[in-house]
Amino acid sequence: MGAAALPVLIFTGFWGVVGIVLPFIIPKGPDRGVQQLVLMMTAATCYLFWLCCYMAQMNPLVGPKLNQHTILIMAREWGNLIQ
Amino acid sequence: MGSLFRSEEMALCQLFLQSEAAYACVSELGELGLVQFRDLNPDVNAFQRKFVSEVRRCDEMERKLRYLEKEIKKDGIPMLDTGENPEAPQPREMIDLEATFEKLENELREVNHNAEALKRNFLELTELKHILRKTQVFFDETEQQMGTAVASQMADPNREDEQVTLLGEEGLRAGGQALKLGYSARLLNWGSKILKKSESKFEPEKVGNYYFRFVAGVILRERIPAFERMLWRACRGNVFLRQAEIETPLEDPSTGDQVHKSVFIIFFQGDQLKSRVRKICEGFRATLYPCPEAPSQRREMAMGVMTRIEDLNTVLGQTQDHRHRVLVAAAKNIKNWFIKVVKIKAIYHTLNLFNLDVTQKCLIAECWVPLLDIETIQLALRRGTERSGSSVPPILNRMDTFEDPPTYNRTNKFTGAFQNLVDAYGIASYREINPTPYTIISFPFLFAVMFGDLGHGCLMFLFAGFLVLREKPLAAKKTDNEVWNIFFAGRYIILLMGLFSMYTGFIYNDIFSKSLNLFGSHWHTNYNESTVLSNKDLQINPSLSSDYDQVPYPVGLDPVWQLALNKIVFLNAYKMKISIIIGVLHMLSGVSLSLYNYRYFKDRLSIYCDFIPQVIFLVFLFFYMVLLMFIKWVSYGPQNDFANSPACAPSILITFINMVLFKDAVALANCDTVYMFAGQGALQKFLVIVALLCVPIMLLAKPIYIMRQQKEKHVQLVNGHATTENGDAEGAGRVVQQPPPPPAGGHDENEIGELFIHQGIHTIEYVLGSVSHTASYLRLWALSLAHAQLSEVLWSMVMTKGLILNSWIGGVWLWFVFGFWAILTVGILVLMEGLSAFLHTLRLHWVEFQSKFYKGLGYAFAPFSFEVILNTASTAVEE
Repeated sequence: MGAAALPVLIFTGFWGVVGIVLPFIIPKGPDRGVQQLVLMMTAATCYLFWLCCYMAQMNPLVGPKLNQHTILIMAREWGNLIQ
Repeated sequence: MGSLFRSEEMALCQLFLQSEAAYACVSELGELGLVQFRDLNPDVNAFQRKFVSEVRRCDEMERKLRYLEKEIKKDGIPMLDTGENPEAPQPREMIDLEATFEKLENELREVNHNAEALKRNFLELTELKHILRKTQVFFDETEQQMGTAVASQMADPNREDEQVTLLGEEGLRAGGQALKLGYSARLLNWGSKILKKSESKFEPEKVGNYYFRFVAGVILRERIPAFERMLWRACRGNVFLRQAEIETPLEDPSTGDQVHKSVFIIFFQGDQLKSRVRKICEGFRATLYPCPEAPSQRREMAMGVMTRIEDLNTVLGQTQDHRHRVLVAAAKNIKNWFIKVVKIKAIYHTLNLFNLDVTQKCLIAECWVPLLDIETIQLALRRGTERSGSSVPPILNRMDTFEDPPTYNRTNKFTGAFQNLVDAYGIASYREINPTPYTIISFPFLFAVMFGDLGHGCLMFLFAGFLVLREKPLAAKKTDNEVWNIFFAGRYIILLMGLFSMYTGFIYNDIFSKSLNLFGSHWHTNYNESTVLSNKDLQINPSLSSDYDQVPYPVGLDPVWQLALNKIVFLNAYKMKISIIIGVLHMLSGVSLSLYNYRYFKDRLSIYCDFIPQVIFLVFLFFYMVLLMFIKWVSYGPQNDFANSPACAPSILITFINMVLFKDAVALANCDTVYMFAGQGALQKFLVIVALLCVPIMLLAKPIYIMRQQKEKHVQLVNGHATTENGDAEGAGRVVQQPPPPPAGGHDENEIGELFIHQGIHTIEYVLGSVSHTASYLRLWALSLAHAQLSEVLWSMVMTKGLILNSWIGGVWLWFVFGFWAILTVGILVLMEGLSAFLHTLRLHWVEFQSKFYKGLGYAFAPFSFEVILNTASTAVEE
């Protein structure tokens, strides 16, 4: 299990608010039902999409294979200098 | 209620309208647009209906208005479109309107007629002017040739006869270079006669042995060569033709086109030739004009022509002014008038659908109305009655009917676009669950899974945002550009598609095929120099904590994958899995919606015999596969012991295939088992068996149950009959033989047979469909991969080429390369790929999603509405 708590909590919380809390506080109107559904589905689909991407990377089966040029540039740009 | 989830409840109503009030009431209903009238005299010919003459009058008015509109457009006068919507005028106002249009039309026709006559006149005079001018040149040439002596003779205006000396035939044939001509002709008294195109009559004078005469005229320039050849052949070369082009194009009064013409003059001898020349001229539509031969007379004539032309010009100008004034006045009102006439016509058309009751006092209509709007409709009817001054209120009566009511979904500008997507497949059956609300989000989402790119999504979002923000001015500016109209109608769909593409692009970490490194990659390179330099490429080991943080990049894909050589391997595994996960959930939601349908229509049997087995089948096989994916993601970590390490991770697809085939797979070398958790083998067998057991339930349960029920009913019926029969028969004797009802029985059997077949098809479709539809969702993976690859190829093949030059030339070069790259990005990646992703999404919704619950056998509610009628009328006019 390689998951960090913070991003999971933030994302679950954010889409939870959009999908569960917001539908309750929508003002009454003729289109309230549709608006609620739209919010809930947006939250569900977006959360699912993020979750799948996160979980797919939790336990990487393979590591990235990098070209030597790429490694050199990565080392320079992303601050992990080669000894 | 009144929401989008189901279509509106409708009621069939009968409407009694007082004859006097009918017109006003229908007009009010037309403004409202909530009532669909039914044709109560379908077998009556269109020409025999009650208000045919009124409809005809409206047609006539429309024709006049169209004529006016055409004339206004011809003059390029802007038509005032205030956007106001006048009410349908009272029937008595129709006569006023008719009179106005009649007057306008007559006036315009008269003006046009006069203008045409004047123009024709003008043309003739202009042509004559040109003839006089050009022939002057011919004659001048002659004079030079003839020398002063003859010239002085010719200058004498009192001499009617001229001595003519012809230098020789050769000269004439050579093209009139050495020509000496004399001619005798008698002048016409010109003036008004000129305008009547009277042909010049030349009295030949005998001069020596020769008669010389000429005709002058004007002919279309392109006819000249043929004309010349014809003259030559017909007259055997005995005529002489000179021609000169008129430089300025002349206007043809009948068509208004600009045409090029030439002046010609033909010299000939003798009567025979004369008639021949005449005929040829006639045949070539040449206009002949009289041309005096004496220079002074010509001068005089020319002067006369000039003054006449000037006079005509003033008259023509005044005529044009008058016409313009009339048209400008008409242009102010014409849109208004059009609306009024269309409304009157629509009202009489509707009245034609009504039935006249016996007393002729009252019109009867039948109409479909939304149940919620009955109040509004009654209010409108009352308004109509008041307006017409009738005392008797109209009566709206609800009727019971077995007919299927029309489907009416109340949409707004946002939901309307999505409703159109659903309706394009089929109008929902009455009160069936409407897929539109679910489509609003699922459609852009599935699109975005395929189109995921932050940059491309942003372009799409900005375009749609522009359309939405400038909605009103753009909507007012009606165009008949079809592509534009499609984009404009779908602006909210495009907006959402753009937004969701931005989100999925962000998760895919893809912006024009580049990645953002917002949170810092969680993969690190810890190599020393010699390792890097001695290896062409290196693979980072995920099990080392120094190389990989052991927690994933927080939002989306780690940017390192964009640079990795084995990116496709990783992306394939990831995108294939999410396609199946999304697809199974999408189908499950579709099946779940069918539950709402069954519950609404109180079809308990279908819940038990269709819905539950269907859900079990889908969940036990396919949703189980989805769960396996999540389990695999969680349990096989790079730092685990060997049995739970990536090397032992089983393939989900192979596991699933083995599960369905009841096959025990062999574990990989050094791995304990092929299973991911304890008891998986037994669980899988159970799941498959239960899922397979659901198939015969789906196939047989419902028809058998119905068959049994019918048999029971039948038995009861027969028993009941038998007792009463006995009771009756006691007294009446045994004469009456109750005939057995074989037709009914046969009918039942047929129905049962049909039911079996129907259910069979349904089941096969569902079972096979679950497999093929699940596979069909793999298009999400394929298209998304193709999109990402295409944008990467575009970047590496085009954009990187712009980054190779240094100095300021590199900047200029980059500017061009970027332009090319931008065009290809918008044209191919956004437009074409967008279109293809759109179509695939549409298919996923129509086939994979809607087939689970949607019948789509209804027909659309088509209310009588002025708005709709005016819109169609305006588009028809533009076409």
